[in-house]
Amino acid sequence: MSPSVKPNETNAVANNLYSDAYDWTNQCVKCGYCLPACPTYESMGVESASPRGRINLVKMAAEGKIDFQKDLAEPIDLCLGCRACETACPVGVPYGHILEAAKEAIENSPSANKKNKMNKIKKLALVHLFPYPNRMNRIGSAVQFYQKTGLSKLIRSSNVLQKVSPALAQLEQALPAIESSSKRIRTGTIMPAKGETKLKVAFFAGCIMDSMMSRINRLTIELLNLAGCEVILPENQNCCGALHSHQGETNQAKALAKRNIQAFMQSDADVIVNNAGGCGASLLEYGHLLADDHEWAGAARAFSEKSKDISQILHQLGPLPFTEEWQGIVSYQDSCHLRNVQKVQKEPRLLLQSIPGVCYVEMEGFDRCCASGGIYNLLHFDESMKILDDKMKNLKDTKAATVVTVNPGCQMQMSIGIQREGAANQIKSMHLVEILAKACGLD
Amino acid sequence: MEKEALDDLRQVIPNDRMFLDLAERYCYSYDASFGEYLPEIVIQPKNAEEISEVIKLANTHRIPVYPRGSGTSLSGGPLPVKGGMVLDMTLLRDKLIIDRENMLAIVSPGVITANIHKKAEEAGLFYPPDPSSSNVATIGGNLLENSSGPKGLKYGTTKEYVIGLEVVTPTGEIIRTGGKTVKNVTGYDLTRLIVGSEGTLGIVTEATIRLIPKPQSKQTFVAHFNHLIDSGHAITSILSSGILPSALELMDNACIRAVESYRPSGLPLQAEAILIIEIDGHPLAIEEEINKCADICRAEGASYVKIAETEEERQTIWSARKSVSPAITQMGPTKISEDATVPRSQIPAMMERLNNIREKYGLNLVVFGHAGDGNLHPNIITDKRNITEMKKVELAVSEIFEAAIELGGTLSGEHGIGTLKSPYMEMELGITGVNMMKKIKEAWDPNNILNPGKIFPDKGQTRVVLVT
Ligand SMILES: Cc1cc2nc3c(=O)[nH]c(=O)nc-3n(C[C@H](O)[C@H](O)[C@H](O)COP(=O)(O)OP(=O)(O)OC[C@H]3O[C@@H](n4cnc5c(N)ncnc54)[C@H](O)[C@@H]3O)c2cc1C
Ligand code: SF4
Ligand code: SF4
Repeated sequence: MSPSVKPNETNAVANNLYSDAYDWTNQCVKCGYCLPACPTYESMGVESASPRGRINLVKMAAEGKIDFQKDLAEPIDLCLGCRACETACPVGVPYGHILEAAKEAIENSPSANKKNKMNKIKKLALVHLFPYPNRMNRIGSAVQFYQKTGLSKLIRSSNVLQKVSPALAQLEQALPAIESSSKRIRTGTIMPAKGETKLKVAFFAGCIMDSMMSRINRLTIELLNLAGCEVILPENQNCCGALHSHQGETNQAKALAKRNIQAFMQSDADVIVNNAGGCGASLLEYGHLLADDHEWAGAARAFSEKSKDISQILHQLGPLPFTEEWQGIVSYQDSCHLRNVQKVQKEPRLLLQSIPGVCYVEMEGFDRCCASGGIYNLLHFDESMKILDDKMKNLKDTKAATVVTVNPGCQMQMSIGIQREGAANQIKSMHLVEILAKACGLD
Repeated sequence: MEKEALDDLRQVIPNDRMFLDLAERYCYSYDASFGEYLPEIVIQPKNAEEISEVIKLANTHRIPVYPRGSGTSLSGGPLPVKGGMVLDMTLLRDKLIIDRENMLAIVSPGVITANIHKKAEEAGLFYPPDPSSSNVATIGGNLLENSSGPKGLKYGTTKEYVIGLEVVTPTGEIIRTGGKTVKNVTGYDLTRLIVGSEGTLGIVTEATIRLIPKPQSKQTFVAHFNHLIDSGHAITSILSSGILPSALELMDNACIRAVESYRPSGLPLQAEAILIIEIDGHPLAIEEEINKCADICRAEGASYVKIAETEEERQTIWSARKSVSPAITQMGPTKISEDATVPRSQIPAMMERLNNIREKYGLNLVVFGHAGDGNLHPNIITDKRNITEMKKVELAVSEIFEAAIELGGTLSGEHGIGTLKSPYMEMELGITGVNMMKKIKEAWDPNNILNPGKIFPDKGQTRVVLVT
């Protein structure tokens, strides 16, 4: 079978995209079944903000009909990467793969706009920050210092951040209180199960989770112990690389993946557990990421097969030994990557419903992205807030006092939404692990 | 686009709803058929007044205008085949009023059809037309294509439910047709003329549609047949026994195999046909009718009959039918989906003709459809990059149309003519029939502004050309 349209031979990037993604884009029959699932199509109302439109644009770029920077970059950049479209697609078009191939091609295209300011910040964080646990920890400590010393109060009252960037100001307010680094569990430690050892698990700490949300990590390990897991925190693990693949930095993502595979495969754990939907999805896709790498493909697949979300393990080993009654209505916002990529939907709900006293109410549009999308809310503040504000209306309708998520980004985004609604006194945003730990008397 | 025309358009439509950049234009260059034409400009109007102004300008500057709903047309309906302007109607979606007393809904054209289903049901009412694209397609697109689905057998197609329209004519006037009354015989029935006109006679900006009471209950059963001919007899026996099912769907052996390899669920691989039959109405009546239908199927030689006892079982039966589309697209990237329709007594004959066509050209051809109303969906699965095979497909498609018409049927039961079937219009209607339609088009649209290149073939075009 010979392709009828060949891209411009001189354009190497188009050629690469052509060989990476062209066949995938051709699987799309343009039926539009994905349109109602897409949050950006709903909020922006143009076809270029829809999955069908984006897939077609990638195809056009691969055929050399449109320019990567001028035409493709923006529609792709405005995609949340929530992958709800993939779940809706009757034909199984692998949108996530198409998206990443497109991002890589845009990043590598000759006309890439190196002067773009946001690009620089993004690069800085991706290349020099997230991959280094020590640096992330230092930031964590700095933020803790900032919160403890009252500096944060001063800054908030001065409104200075608002003037610099409304996005940063919102994010700053949503930051959780950071635990002192003395409580942080060191890598290399093995924490024995309470009672009989039912399962040996290795815990993936993540970069943001480890620095900014170390409290949730600590509680995760304690919950696992309580449920009968011996928990190993392998040394030399690092960032999962999700943000890197999402930003088109595929090579860096591969390097990070290899380091993680090495770190975890040395432990003889039955499962690799994580507590962040986004990271979990990327761990699950190591097999795909390294499929062409003969040396690593096998190990990567084995790693992905072992990777599980915390809710899956706690549900499998449950019921948890709850000690406290919970008061009030609880609702759950799916993490897109947990729901659409890892296909974990029922476990978090069942765990929440198993807490004594909980009144669980499902929110309309629970399966729709909250528009946190990695760092989407920083890069596209207005677009993100529009989607978030709609979600908050649905959340309010449930009359919930607690909204639970299984991803740090979603949890912070929920906090931002609650603050924007002025509902901080009525609604609290929690990670699944926090609410379970509290009901088990941990904390 | 000429600068003058553009300047004029800018007076009417704000810049953020007018797209000239390549990316956005490419995004409105396709629909769910496989044609692709790049428009010069895309405009998203918000109301009838804006549309009226735009159309007047289009007449002044002779710009072709292509209305578009969600772009799910399978016949090329919204494709901008002569360039010009795509008018994206999806922002006109603010009105969805259910008038319970008069059993009506008043809707904007960009409203998604499934939302009408939902709102009507909340009021205890029912809007029957149910194309399988109803979660995506707009009511405007449904109206202009005269869509329907499995329920067409008992409840008819979209045209049976539209009683009033607000329309911007091809010369830019805003008119109203029909009204709120179910009975209306004042003058020509322009409502019916516009419904199904595929966006060539006017742009619908509001519709009044009739709702009916929601049936109290429904039941479903499935029957397997080892011989296709027996399933054909079962269909005719059921329909002549005085029972009118709300759905009567057929899958052929190629479909069964495709579904089974896509999502194994124990379908009978040796069966030549599966029938799915649903009956709705009063629970007591249904009970009796469904048993009678099952008896008829057994008597006609069904190898297996199963009446769903729970909602879950009902869903399982339907899921086989719903898997057909995704299952067959696994067999190749290009799906040519036809909707040739024959009088139902001719279904067995049509199935045989289709079998012969499959063998003759050696194509991957599967058949499913709404057997109860004779609306079959022969689907050819291929790859449009395979030029030799596509040439065979062109011939096969022509033969499918010929077969349907020879058996007393029609080119299209629900997808419309668009670009794909226009060469065959004369075959069904004769030259005078087509000319009469052309005269209507010319009277309404003297400058041929609205959706040019559809329904009527270009000079000398006698056969569909899928690849050049
Ligand atoms: C997977 C799939 C399944 C399908 N199943 C069915 C089915 O079961 N039954 C069926 O009948 N069809 C079916 N279709 C075909 C298609 O969904 C219908 O024809 C539908 O009505 C098109 O609606 P749309 O909003 O997408 O309109 P579009 O495809 O955008 O447009 C359709 C036509 O209407 C015109 N138009 C749209 N809006 C307006 C307006 N406001 N004023 C004037 N003209 C307008 C366009 O110019 C075009 O000619 C299916 C399609 C797909 C992809
Ligand atoms: S649902 Fe799948 S096949 Fe249909 S338009 Fe979307 S991506 Fe394409
Ligand atoms: S990933 Fe999410 S935002 Fe992006 S196209 Fe798919 S549904 Fe839309």
